[in-house]
Amino acid sequence: MYISYNWLKDFVDFALAPQELADRLTLAGIAVESVTELGKDISGVVTGRIEKIDPHPNADKLVITRVNTGEEKLQIITAATNVKEGDVIPVALEGAKLAGGFVIKRAKLRGVESRGMMCSGQELGIDAKTMSAEQAHGIMILPPGTPLGRDAKEILGLNDFILELDLTPNRGDCLSVVGVAREVAALLGRPFRLAEPSFPETGENISGQVRVDIDAPDLCRRYVARLIKNVRIGRSPLWMQSRLRAAGMRPISNLVDVTNYVMLEMGQPLHAFDYDKLVDHHIIVRRAKDGENMVSLDEVLRELNQDMLVIADPSGPVAVAGVMGGLSTEVTDNTTSILLESAYFNPVSIRRTSKSLGLRSEASLRFEKGIDLGGCLQAINRAAQLIYDMDAGDVVNGVVDNYISPVSEKTIMFRPKRATYVLGLDIPKEKASDILSRLQFKVQDAGADLLVTVPTYRVDVSIEEDLIEEVARIYGYHEVPATLPSGSASHGAKTREQSFRTMIADAMAGAGFNEVVTYSFTNPRVFDLMNLPADSPFRNTVKIQNPLSEEHSVMRTMMLPGLLEVLAKNFNRRMQEGAVFELGTIFTPGQEGHPHEERHVLAAAAMGRAPGNWKMQPREFDFYFLKGVLESIFRELGTEDVKFYPEKANPSFHPGRTATLDAGERKIGIIGELHPSVLERYDLPERVVAFEIDFEGLYAVSGKPKVYNPLPKFPGIERDLAIVLKRENQAGDIMETIRKTGGKLLRSVSLFDIYHGEQVPAGYQSMAFALKFQAADRTLTDAEVSEVTAAIAAELSSRFGAQLRG
Amino acid sequence: MEEKLRRIGADALRELSNAGTLEDLNELRVKYLGKKGELTQVMRGMGALSAEERPLIGQIANEVRSLIEKELTTRTAALKEVAREQRLREEGIDVTLPGSPLLRGGKHPLTIVTEEIQKFFLGLGYSIAEGPEIETDYYNFEALNLPKDHPARDMQDTFFISDDTLLRTHTSPVQVRTMEKTVPGLPVKVIVPGKVYRRDDDATHSPMFNQVEGLAIDRRITFSDLKGTLDLFMRDIFGPKTKTRFRPSYFPFTEPSAEVDISCVMCGGKGCRVCSHTGWLEILGSGMVHPRVLEVSGYNSEEVTGFAFGLGVERITMLKYGIDDLRILFENDLRFLQQF
Repeated sequence: MYISYNWLKDFVDFALAPQELADRLTLAGIAVESVTELGKDISGVVTGRIEKIDPHPNADKLVITRVNTGEEKLQIITAATNVKEGDVIPVALEGAKLAGGFVIKRAKLRGVESRGMMCSGQELGIDAKTMSAEQAHGIMILPPGTPLGRDAKEILGLNDFILELDLTPNRGDCLSVVGVAREVAALLGRPFRLAEPSFPETGENISGQVRVDIDAPDLCRRYVARLIKNVRIGRSPLWMQSRLRAAGMRPISNLVDVTNYVMLEMGQPLHAFDYDKLVDHHIIVRRAKDGENMVSLDEVLRELNQDMLVIADPSGPVAVAGVMGGLSTEVTDNTTSILLESAYFNPVSIRRTSKSLGLRSEASLRFEKGIDLGGCLQAINRAAQLIYDMDAGDVVNGVVDNYISPVSEKTIMFRPKRATYVLGLDIPKEKASDILSRLQFKVQDAGADLLVTVPTYRVDVSIEEDLIEEVARIYGYHEVPATLPSGSASHGAKTREQSFRTMIADAMAGAGFNEVVTYSFTNPRVFDLMNLPADSPFRNTVKIQNPLSEEHSVMRTMMLPGLLEVLAKNFNRRMQEGAVFELGTIFTPGQEGHPHEERHVLAAAAMGRAPGNWKMQPREFDFYFLKGVLESIFRELGTEDVKFYPEKANPSFHPGRTATLDAGERKIGIIGELHPSVLERYDLPERVVAFEIDFEGLYAVSGKPKVYNPLPKFPGIERDLAIVLKRENQAGDIMETIRKTGGKLLRSVSLFDIYHGEQVPAGYQSMAFALKFQAADRTLTDAEVSEVTAAIAAELSSRFGAQLRG
Repeated sequence: MEEKLRRIGADALRELSNAGTLEDLNELRVKYLGKKGELTQVMRGMGALSAEERPLIGQIANEVRSLIEKELTTRTAALKEVAREQRLREEGIDVTLPGSPLLRGGKHPLTIVTEEIQKFFLGLGYSIAEGPEIETDYYNFEALNLPKDHPARDMQDTFFISDDTLLRTHTSPVQVRTMEKTVPGLPVKVIVPGKVYRRDDDATHSPMFNQVEGLAIDRRITFSDLKGTLDLFMRDIFGPKTKTRFRPSYFPFTEPSAEVDISCVMCGGKGCRVCSHTGWLEILGSGMVHPRVLEVSGYNSEEVTGFAFGLGVERITMLKYGIDDLRILFENDLRFLQQF
């Protein structure tokens, strides 16, 4: 919303400079985005009349003009083609400054002296959108009677400032100059004045000439109409054109301009119909019928339905109520009578209609915020007055006012005590009363409290808190002290699960991974990229009805595609290494009638290798690296009993290098190298490892409390055990057997070497374990330890065919 | 015999002083003090002495022995010192060579800032509440005083899952979800960090972003408590010189409502490009919980009041680290992430 600084002064006197005014309004909740000075940097332009035009002796495209500026007659050479003798135009005199810092100097054009320049609208800094192409780019021709020698800035309303408001949706009343002027008056404590329109009426009363029926009273609470006859279509006066332009609107013709002018000024959208084109001069306000259509003013055929309110005559719709007029009853140069409409339409209905038609107009914008039901008549009268003042037509006697459900006055009790309870600031009753009165609320004394009547245009005020805000914002939020809540104490702490999440993120970052944040929505195509079969449960997604694009059209059911995308993007930027993780949410559709399920998942992926240098060999990010990360995190999180089982059947992963994570009976995740075909599709390097773990599953087996174990008092004995056995045997099984057989005395087992090659038969491998024996209550003897070691060797031999290696 | 002892002593001391290595010293120890050493040999012969001579000679022998031992100790220490000096001289390294690299990871800046915010409010006695990201129309709008077709719904362009289900457009639905659980308990003090979604994607909007909601409900919680809390919070996050400014605003679920600005973190309020030369930066929305929202959640709005606020984590992160491009937060470029 653009508001002219000068226009405000029609309704309230004040001396504040534009920027100061803007600051005051902003701090009172009417946010001013910007203050623009019209005609900034423009000077030395006056009005002049072209007395004579002669051809230029040396140039076909130039003419020599003689321009009367009231004080002197200037010879000006121009290339403009839209001027004729007698036109009044803006003349930039010698030394004048125009838009863009352009300075006018005396010049010779093809041998003939030129002492100034005629200006186009754009050269005067006027927004081209608000002018016809001719005015914008050709010379701006002013109305014939315009006085000569006057400052063109003043004549064109360019000595003004425009406040651009960023209004909150509750303040529809401030979508008007009058509304903002009321705020200014209240803020500054100055009187607000709004004259009752007055104008003479003529001829036979309207009642016999216009019929208005409201068939949809739920959607139209009031319809006011006036009839203007003998209209004289022409241009509106300069001052009106200027004000429309300042508000960003383009002047069209005097009658159309009046409707726009009143809307800008009063906030009440008006519509003008060509009276003679309304069949039977009969207005019917009704719901559209399904299948009905209408060509709107912008020459688009609009399909209507019964949820939409239309203005119709007996032949069919002539306007989509409150949104846009119809072409068939448009006011044209041939129009002789118009029917003016000033109505109140249901905000929700307007909003739905304008949404479903994809059509937002200045009118619908105001109707959907709720206009002043009590103000329809005053607005139409203001238009009638302007039409009279401009001599643009004869206002017919009388008015049709179909006022179906009159506005009911809202009264609210304002309790100063309550205000203090809410604000923490004592505002005396008298002060509150003064503020509310300044805001045009009617205030009656009611003992300790105030009985407040809300003006009809303040549709946003309905409860006491609304009044409290009104008082506080005018009083000034800066007056409210800063305190801390003094009530009962509360203990702030994360839940165990929340702390656990932080621990995981810390542990992953500590392990060298960078946290990433990827979108929760994804492209359904990723399931193909991930090699998933058509019946994969991961393809069962929660779908977004109105996605921004296919790429973001379903909620993710797995984290890995996002991480692979991140790695691929980085790889594409020539990053060879990368280790990333995310603790995110996945979504699965709920069964019939159940909410969708959201689960937290920890996922990580790594490509390339850990950094090395002159001192240290770089380490490949391979399966064992990632497994080591998990094992270390499990230790940190106190996670128990997670086992790694070979997983050969997951289509996204390498069948020989992947494991399922099992916690008890529950499968909580997967870890492995990605399948080469997946990597190829993502344009990733040859090897990428990743894991994805269900957070709740991990949480369920984690958090084992830390308990102190007494340090051993007796020395331990270490033995190495090297065996040769077939390669298909798995280390996990062997170590499990060693532990079991070793019993209580075996304190730890570690695998320190694996070998296969020339020294062992083909298909076999050698494994070397370091065993540490220790007892809590005595020093072990060699004999004891040898006995246990022998038992272990025997067990390995019988279960796996393992031979002791010399 | 006495003479012999004295001579051994003198020899030993002379030889010790000439010894150049720790090995030489050890040999001398064996030579003089060992089981077959010279001094030991002499002392073994003491049995042949008379009862009068024995104590006298014994005393001399002990003197000599302790003289030798003392010298041994001194010389050992001296030679060790020499050897150590030598080792230190020889073992120098190039300390300017790069150290062994550690694999270094880190959290996302949005997480870092969210945790910072959490830490502040945990300290003030707030707990952390959470809620679903796929939300019902009821909690996301209806219960927050935003009935269907309310113009303010336009402020939050919504992704719909179905007519009645959507991706939450703010963390505010957790206000009502929380109060439904706590009612009639008091006080309620929670913050709600989480992802939210709006149908916007351009240079300054991401369709997914992060908010932190705050909610404090009790008897006698006032607008001035809101001011004080946010004042303190902003100074905690942006530094002690940060000033706050409260401007009247509108949110359907708070009344009175306030937009909070802070003095520009770049220019300190003098006016610069970042703050569009106003000296102020819009940072969050807040207000007193609307009576209808309290009632919907089961609290008596006449007795119980509260404040709520919601802030964008991205905005704070960008201001804190001087990031001028929102998109980079979601691009996950490792060269960016590794800076944190």
